Amino acid sequence: MKADNPELPREIMELQMGPSHPATHGTIKFNLKLEGEKVLDCDVELGFLHRGFDKSCEQATWTQVIPYTDRLNYASSLINNVGYALAVEKLIGAETPPRCQYIRVIISELARLFDHLTCCGMAASELGAITVGFYMIEARELIIRIIENLTGARLTVTYVRIGGLKHDLPQDFAERVAAAFTTIRKLLDDCDRLLSRNRIFLDRMANVGVIAKESALDHSLTGPILRATGVDYDVRKAFPYLVYDKFDFEIPLGSHGDNYDRFLCRLGEIQESMKIVEQALRQLPVGPVWIDDARFVLPEKEKVYGSIEGLMHHFKIIMEGIQVPAGETYSAVEGGNGELGFYIVSDGGGKPYRLRVRPPCFIAMGAFAEMIKGYMVADIVPTFGMINMIGGECDR
Amino acid sequence: MAETSPQLQHIQGKLGAKVLSASEPQGDQVVALDRAGLRESFRLLKEDPELSFNFLSDITAVDYWQKQEPRFEVVYQLVSLQRRRRLRVRVSVPESDAVVDSLTPLWRGANYLEREVWDLYGIRFSDHPDLRRILLYDEFIGHPLRKDYPVNQCQPRVPERHVDGTFVDERSRNKLLRLQKTLAKKN
Repeated sequence: MKADNPELPREIMELQMGPSHPATHGTIKFNLKLEGEKVLDCDVELGFLHRGFDKSCEQATWTQVIPYTDRLNYASSLINNVGYALAVEKLIGAETPPRCQYIRVIISELARLFDHLTCCGMAASELGAITVGFYMIEARELIIRIIENLTGARLTVTYVRIGGLKHDLPQDFAERVAAAFTTIRKLLDDCDRLLSRNRIFLDRMANVGVIAKESALDHSLTGPILRATGVDYDVRKAFPYLVYDKFDFEIPLGSHGDNYDRFLCRLGEIQESMKIVEQALRQLPVGPVWIDDARFVLPEKEKVYGSIEGLMHHFKIIMEGIQVPAGETYSAVEGGNGELGFYIVSDGGGKPYRLRVRPPCFIAMGAFAEMIKGYMVADIVPTFGMINMIGGECDR
Repeated sequence: MAETSPQLQHIQGKLGAKVLSASEPQGDQVVALDRAGLRESFRLLKEDPELSFNFLSDITAVDYWQKQEPRFEVVYQLVSLQRRRRLRVRVSVPESDAVVDSLTPLWRGANYLEREVWDLYGIRFSDHPDLRRILLYDEFIGHPLRKDYPVNQCQPRVPERHVDGTFVDERSRNKLLRLQKTLAKKN
């Protein structure tokens, strides 16, 4: 029986995919309208992980917000930390010492590696390439071990502070990174040979989930999804922050705007991030990691326990929070999924009056219906995987 | 008005009285625009070749309850990709008439962002194609990011929603009956 037999009854089928589906990384629901296997329309229902991030931040002191930012995009929590600290420092008007800025670049790039390895590995294993999934998770594990050695935690790191860092790098940091990168390069090489020209993988990824350049800009997309369409917009190059202008690195661009280009962009960025980390470790200057401003920095423990002034100073910062001057500012960093912006409003007190995160994957989900219309149900999995929706950031 | 950069002066020249104020705190460029004719102002910012703020980065709102009148402020972040510049646009919105022009005709990306502002602040966007709640559920009472919404507020329990036309067994049965009917007709 042929599928286009006019005598067979046809009707549009409504299918609800999610919220508990193995391919919906967090919890998200697609209300699909299908004709056979073809997706006619897709309405995304999100917010299952909404926990009132903005409202919670308004109740916490400026420093207490840092652990909350960990839980936004938990695959690259270090970038969230850095982005938030940069926004508050911009409002204060403080600039951290060079060593701190270099370390922030290093940890941002490690977090980006973490994010991209998770995204690519998961996307590959969802399409059946489970070996590649395991290889990339192994590579990611090496990054996590470095982060664990540095911060004491694997995911929710809380490493960056306003005006500095929790502490300096450990002694053997550079050697650990060098050793890990050697293994990661070998693993990525294996993945590349297994996957990048694999017929099954190509058929599922190439020319699927295509979005045109103009449409991507219209939908405010950023990050690898936008760059896969060929638009050269990366916050690190367009609006350089920290010391990114001192490194030699490329921004991988795609041309078709399909899932395969997104995958290649992410793989390319993994290589570039490793280059940036190596350059930063070579150039790493010596010096303090904290700004020299007692209004924002906790006093040393000897002073806290040895003098009444030190104790009061400590108490004021912990109990009242650092005093950020009244004003508003917006500061953006390049997160794993795109422009991660922090818009903060201060009324001059110890707590944020308003804290808004520009969540890149929330905005990408707005373009999801456009990406998937006209494709098959099975194409939802790779397209959604390549958006890399992280519930913590999307739903806040 | 304080000294402003050539770009802000250019915006003031183009938009005239629509620009209520322009400032540059912390090196950012900020303009406050009039709520009337907002979409046309944004169209000019987007399409004027010397400004070309063609990328809408973000839309959010701030509630200045009991601090400032009008109460709300909707904040837009624009980027000019060609000129590598950012611009922040602030629009004051009173509580009694919390409506702003929707930017969805200019940028489709405004759709989700405006839905979020409606959901959390209760500010409406006129001519928005699909202004529903997005992060919260339809039965939610109030708009939680308003400053007069208590942080420990509880919400009533929601009865189970009845969804029309998705009872699969019924549909498959009907489909089977129709199929049998067509086949019987054929024979």
